Amino acid sequence: MSARNRELFALIPASLLVTGGFAAVFIQQSAQLSNVSLTYGALFLGLCLGAHLFLRVALPYADPYLFPLMALLAGFGLVVIYRIDEKLAREQAQWFVIGLVLFVATIVFLRDYRLLERYRYLIASASIAILLLPRIGSPVNGAYLAVQLGPIQFQPAEFGKLGIVIFLASYLRDTRQLLVQGARRFLGLTLPPLKHFGPLLVVWGLAMLMLLVIRDLGSSVMFFGAFLALLYVATNRLSFPLVGFVLFAIGAWYFGTHIGHIHARIEAWQDPFNRHLYDQVGGSYQIAQSLFAQADGGMFGTGFGQSLLGLPGGGVILPAAHTDLIYAVITNELGLVGACAVLLTYLLICERGFKIALLARDSFSKLLATGLTSVFALQVFVIVGGVTKVIPLTGVTLPFISYGGSSILANFVLLALLLLVSDRARRPA
Amino acid sequence: MNAPIIRLFGLVVVLFTVLVVFASRWAVFDAKSLNDNALNKRGVLEAAKIDRGVIRAGDGTVLARSVKQQGGVYQRTYPTGELFSHAIGYSFTDIGQAGLERFYNDPLIGKRQGIDSLFDQLSGGRKQGDDLSVTLDPNAQRIATNALRSTGDGHGAVVAMDPHTGAIKVMASTPGYDPNNLDRPGRFAALNRDSGSPVFNRATQSSYPPGSTFKVVTAIAAIDSGRYTQDSTVSGQNGKVISGVPLQNDNGESFGAIPLTEALTNSVNTVWAEVAETLGKSTMGRYMTRLGFYSKPPLDYPADQRLASGEYRNGRLLSPLSPSIDVGRMGIGQDLLAVTPLQMAMVASAVANNGVLVRPHMGSRVVDPDGRVRDDIRPQEEGRVMRPSTAKTVGSMMSQVVKEGTGTAAALSGIEVAGKTGTAEKNQCSGNQTWFIAFAPVTNPKIAIAVTNECANGTGGEVAAPIAKQVMEALIH
Repeated sequence: MSARNRELFALIPASLLVTGGFAAVFIQQSAQLSNVSLTYGALFLGLCLGAHLFLRVALPYADPYLFPLMALLAGFGLVVIYRIDEKLAREQAQWFVIGLVLFVATIVFLRDYRLLERYRYLIASASIAILLLPRIGSPVNGAYLAVQLGPIQFQPAEFGKLGIVIFLASYLRDTRQLLVQGARRFLGLTLPPLKHFGPLLVVWGLAMLMLLVIRDLGSSVMFFGAFLALLYVATNRLSFPLVGFVLFAIGAWYFGTHIGHIHARIEAWQDPFNRHLYDQVGGSYQIAQSLFAQADGGMFGTGFGQSLLGLPGGGVILPAAHTDLIYAVITNELGLVGACAVLLTYLLICERGFKIALLARDSFSKLLATGLTSVFALQVFVIVGGVTKVIPLTGVTLPFISYGGSSILANFVLLALLLLVSDRARRPA
Repeated sequence: MNAPIIRLFGLVVVLFTVLVVFASRWAVFDAKSLNDNALNKRGVLEAAKIDRGVIRAGDGTVLARSVKQQGGVYQRTYPTGELFSHAIGYSFTDIGQAGLERFYNDPLIGKRQGIDSLFDQLSGGRKQGDDLSVTLDPNAQRIATNALRSTGDGHGAVVAMDPHTGAIKVMASTPGYDPNNLDRPGRFAALNRDSGSPVFNRATQSSYPPGSTFKVVTAIAAIDSGRYTQDSTVSGQNGKVISGVPLQNDNGESFGAIPLTEALTNSVNTVWAEVAETLGKSTMGRYMTRLGFYSKPPLDYPADQRLASGEYRNGRLLSPLSPSIDVGRMGIGQDLLAVTPLQMAMVASAVANNGVLVRPHMGSRVVDPDGRVRDDIRPQEEGRVMRPSTAKTVGSMMSQVVKEGTGTAAALSGIEVAGKTGTAEKNQCSGNQTWFIAFAPVTNPKIAIAVTNECANGTGGEVAAPIAKQVMEALIH
């Protein structure tokens, strides 16, 4: 079976799941099954089918599983957001359509994605510039994560991650040989030559600066982690990322103890049930409620639409349920089983991403696919890890599932780039 | 570059495994402790959104119902106020639950077991609970409560039950409290500080000395063990040595060798102490255990609101064979005995029901919102305590007490009553712990009762027996 036919068949279960999910939420909300759920399912299937037909023509050799896996997550995300707030789900559906348009545009205009290499410094400086933009506005929960553009809230970190990965892939393709050849052994560690170590120190400095400026531990872990992953793959020297990791840990520790808002997050992470921290504004209430919601779900969950989100007085019990804590809502309603299924879907996407990197024929393509996949995997780890108290909770979106235009658009571009690399890699010579 | 890519994927798999491990920890392994965490209000908030079922008395009187508040939550109200405060208890989001509200919480919030719970989960859970009917009789309860309040220091308890079915008709404990708006700031804490202990259910949680009412237990053991008959004669000499110490009769009165029936009628201490000493700890312990002593009464009521009756030392229940027990003095209701009115009502009930103890209960049926009966609570036998002939003999001995002995104040016109008085001196107050246990009518009994007053001037025959009379009158006629 050809790659595109496999993609088409894989879309069928995804659409059925979305239809079934909407049906379940409708039954729960109005105690009757209206045909609207079928309409939503059909609409979703139609959009995916359109994108699929486009891929048939534009990228006939691209990986067949990535798009259906993404469709599955996006559709599932729509159902969960619909269950939290109908209005938000309608907005999210619009973002989904705009995302598909951007997806198509990326594939059309970046047919030869290696063009990106030519503009790498422009891309890098633009990315850093937009990352610093939110500093103009006011912080949300102590972090500078969003810019207000008219009626739309824009999260630059989502697009910044793409720019940084493109730059690093391109830069490391050029310097990887030099980094390896000029390396010296010092105290049992293989260190790159100082001349080429400089730019890497600059990247580390940037990550630290981000901690200082946008004050978000989550994004900086994502960016710096992707950088270390790329450095490792480019040089095949474990000592490089290890040194980088230690440097980052020192920096994170320093800022963690000196920036009040990051320190508060770490305290809340260490002791979420401390009465004092729990009652504090910006304290451990959110992470504690996240854990309570997960415990309420148990193995099989309470069922779609059953999770307790609001307080009787009109307040919320689970803050940011549609963004940061959407994973907790999923565990609450679908249980550990449902949550693990979502994690497995992400893992499958990562597997396809790394597979693309393996198959790619040139260094830039390999590094680009690795970088995009790594930053995607790290984003999932940072937010799910935050919600499950593996690491301190930070405000990063769960890709394709969380509500948010920036997140959807950026992840569609990420997907388009991966498919572009894949198509070139698998095209018969 | 392929080898490091594969290793990198390995790292991602490890990271995701860590996520799954932590996810399992919260959702499954640590779920119980998280659900029980004091900061976790999810459970009570969910429950507050359910229209909790109505609790009704046997005659249809509404004892508890839910009223919808702003924000879609329900608040419990208790139309009878203080009257059933102990039996019914309360249910509030902030302070928790007690009494029948707590024991029957699952049906009242509509929670189902087994296959039904699976259907509930699929259909999205219930928003309306089942209704509960109880066996309590508001009229008799009111009479009992008023009588207790106007006697002595006003502290006391009455338990009345149907000896054939175990249905509790009256469970009164004074002082009580108004369960309405119990969740107002400070109210519950103030009630708990009150020196009169109004929240404490004296009918099931108290530890009172039973006084001479316990001689009924000794009589059961004496006759059923075959060691004595009602005509066996025992010396009622005042100052007889029991366990090495001389024992006094009431008012120092001395009796000759008198039959057991007469000894019960006049409540002669030295006779019953000797009987208990002759029977020994093992025989006494066996009959007490059969009657329900030494374990929590099997009532449909929260376990921590039920107390086991028996000999207590330093707050701990002794075993029936403990060397600390002075079996002779125990046989007349002294020594270290501490009992609940519920336990004493069960003693009267076993005698009344031909020697078979029936499990006491207050719930009678659970009806779902569609009118289907979900649970019909049937009489359940706890077991045979004594032979029918013993029950008959002890019953006739007890009826002598009311005819011509210490319990004449309980006599009902036209109906034969069997009973036993009890009076125990108290160190904590200037009065006595007064008791009366009884059943009536003697042939085909309809009601078994225990009445006690914490601190009253007079004897059980003078103080408690008239209260028993009023309550029985209300329940029989």
